[in-house]
Amino acid sequence: MVEKIQHLEMHGITKRFPGVLSNNNVNIHLDAGEVLAILGENGAGKTTLMNILYGLYQPDAGNISLNGKKVKINSPSEAIQLGIGMVHQHFMLVPTLTVCENVILGLSKTFLVDLKTAKKQVQEITDKYGLAINLDAYVWQLSVGEQQRVEIVKALYRGANLLILDEPTAVLTPQESNELILLLKNMSNQGNSIILISHKLNEVMAISDRVTVLRDGEVCADVNTLETSQEALARLMVGRDMAPCRRDSEFFPGKPILELQDVFAKGDMGTDALAGVSLTIREGEILGIAGVSGNGQKELAEVIGGLRKVSKGKIVLNGKESTKMAPARIIEQGLGYIPEDRLHVGTIPSFSIWENLILKDHHQPPFAKRSLLQNRVIMSHSSSLVEKYGIKTPSLETPTGRLSGGNIQRVILAREITRNPVALVAAYPTRGVDIGATEYLHSKLLEARRNGIGVLLISEDLEELTSICDRIAVLYEGKIMKVMPVEETDERLLGLLMAGIVE
Amino acid sequence: MEGVMNSAIIISILATGIRLATPYLLAALGEMFTQRSGVYNLGVEGIMMMGAFAGFFATLHLGSPLLGIIASLIIGALMGLLMALVSVTFKAEQGISGIGLYMFGWGLSGLLYRLYVGGITSIDGLKEVKIPLLSNIPFLGPIFFNQNILVYTALALVPLSGFILYKTSWGLNVRAVGNKPEAADTLGVNVVRIRYECLIVGSMLAGLAGAFLTIGQANMYADNITAGRGFIAIALVYFGRWSPWGILLGSLLFSMADSFQSMVQVLGINFPYELAVILPYVVTIVALAISFGRVWAPAALGKPFQRGTRG
Ligand SMILES: Nc1ncnc2c1ncn2[C@@H]1O[C@H](COP(=O)(O)OP(=O)(O)OP(=O)(O)O)[C@@H](O)[C@H]1O
Ligand SMILES: [Mg+2]
Repeated sequence: MVEKIQHLEMHGITKRFPGVLSNNNVNIHLDAGEVLAILGENGAGKTTLMNILYGLYQPDAGNISLNGKKVKINSPSEAIQLGIGMVHQHFMLVPTLTVCENVILGLSKTFLVDLKTAKKQVQEITDKYGLAINLDAYVWQLSVGEQQRVEIVKALYRGANLLILDEPTAVLTPQESNELILLLKNMSNQGNSIILISHKLNEVMAISDRVTVLRDGEVCADVNTLETSQEALARLMVGRDMAPCRRDSEFFPGKPILELQDVFAKGDMGTDALAGVSLTIREGEILGIAGVSGNGQKELAEVIGGLRKVSKGKIVLNGKESTKMAPARIIEQGLGYIPEDRLHVGTIPSFSIWENLILKDHHQPPFAKRSLLQNRVIMSHSSSLVEKYGIKTPSLETPTGRLSGGNIQRVILAREITRNPVALVAAYPTRGVDIGATEYLHSKLLEARRNGIGVLLISEDLEELTSICDRIAVLYEGKIMKVMPVEETDERLLGLLMAGIVE
Repeated sequence: MEGVMNSAIIISILATGIRLATPYLLAALGEMFTQRSGVYNLGVEGIMMMGAFAGFFATLHLGSPLLGIIASLIIGALMGLLMALVSVTFKAEQGISGIGLYMFGWGLSGLLYRLYVGGITSIDGLKEVKIPLLSNIPFLGPIFFNQNILVYTALALVPLSGFILYKTSWGLNVRAVGNKPEAADTLGVNVVRIRYECLIVGSMLAGLAGAFLTIGQANMYADNITAGRGFIAIALVYFGRWSPWGILLGSLLFSMADSFQSMVQVLGINFPYELAVILPYVVTIVALAISFGRVWAPAALGKPFQRGTRG
């Protein structure tokens, strides 16, 4: 057993990527049993800093010391040996292996895998921290919340006593987040140190002891949680005061623009993911879809976008039946689409920013004339979008996959909204997005609403739904439980409906 | 009389079928390990040619087919190492590297043959080894238990590969590296090393498959003796959905059809000759068309690994 980490110090860390100074002379420190939150806008350099601590990147300058001794961490396996564990922003699990296999991967040094003993040991850990998971299930069968738990078990099984969590709650339901917070508290009480990256300020306030704020790769504040507030932290992060968006109460919806009539569709596992969904979205309104993810949300967005086959029922977009239309025709009919998987469905990661910005219109004027791309028009259009939507990037030529999560989201949003759609489907548009960008995105959705666009907003964040939607529908096991005006909802009622309980 | 004749023919077709399956099995099981780690090696055919030549040459000069086998394994390992260097360390496009390796093996084996052997020379190859008792079982005995050691090796490798892949730590690492190398890397699995090991093991088996053709079947070397078997072996990996038993099934399907067609020719059975010759290929194509799908493919197949890249 390695020496327990009593004190961690990262000193003067600098890391440069082509065209970006991702970390600039960053200092952080942490004691045993302490929970440190790291805050910062998208692209501030949080993930980079943690990847350095975990041995995935080497810093250009600066050093790391543990318990007063300088260490050089050349690879993740060295980090693991030092007692550092990390739960990555994008899950690092092998979907085709079982939970138990994932947990012991890389540790089993005997010729044969001793799954029996391993299972017993893993079970001890899950029992100790009250983490319920089926160890024999394949990872691809698990919900994101369960996958999250597997990630944590993985780190604990390696004897980690310093745990890094990079936006662990971004994809969790409110209930799952609460469970995770309890778990982390329990862990820190048992003497483990925790570094938590999150955009959710209420969580940060609830569990951290100290907060370090990064802005543009530099530390701009290091405060005790007890001596600060959500508003103060928001101001430190963004550099200005934040005003949460609310919809204006005037509400003049127009004619129905997107209608679903008794729609059925199969999920990836072949079962009915949508079982008779009927919805009507009118011009100039935002209809929210609440529900625990995995109840048909992904499939709902996909059938509307033409990416999934409708097995029964009918979809009408702007007066024309679009049930069997190809995605390209649906786009032509005026549907804007912000998908759940922004990195692989919404953009082509290896394409440059300007290419992704004109992805849906590259074949028509003003971007193309007689099949030739009009570079001057495209570049001026792209650079104005980059400026207007505040996309942080070294250049227009940068591959979109290199941007931080929140900035990729801005690229998609910029493209979809400027195409002037008649209806817009947004699936979890603020997942993993910082508060500044969230506020911005909400203001853009409200602007779209004012311009008469019908918006379907799928989200797990009840606060988001109740602050900008006109009506809210609750999706449970592929069925709509209820549709109601936002004034008639409250968190308790929504929570019950989301759990499938009708009063 | 009629009945005896028929069962003798059937036994002969089946025994030949098992024997003909050997090179496909060896090469395809090797390719399965390679692909399971996320690399596809299209150079199998070239490695087989080199293995065929090395096995033949060592047997010819050292007088022992066992040394021929060892020579083919060494040559296979060296070619695997070359492929690993190009496609894993230098991250060259795997398809192109594989085709390069194929052409290299093809050219070099032909050149060496012309330089050092020249004409048709036959060798004393591997002998059939009757397994006591088992080979006396009627019907099954002559089919399964009167073959040379490479045939036994290939058959034994089927369950053994399954065992290695699913029960050993190394197999677990291979499966992880082929599906999500970033995840394996963050857990301290050496992705590069696993891919090297798989390429080397896979290429050794391809070399052995080549040696089977010269020292286990033809007892001589001829230009283009592999006749596309390396490429068919790659197709069989897809057909077998990256599993040893699936590969066994595919290899047998193909080799039985092949054995049937040659028997048709030899015995002059009343069956259209042209149809018989293309039968094995038709069987493969139909089987591939029915079974094809990427669902079972290792998710990282064909993608070079680079720590710290996104998307
Ligand atoms: N592998 C890489 N190659 C090139 N640039 C990179 C790489 N990783 C990060 N960057 C750049 O470094 C900057 C910081 O990125 P990082 O992922 O650390 O941000 P973050 O604070 O984690 O943001 P988010 O909240 O969106 O996850 C960004 O501008 C990003 O584009
Ligand atoms: Mg990040």
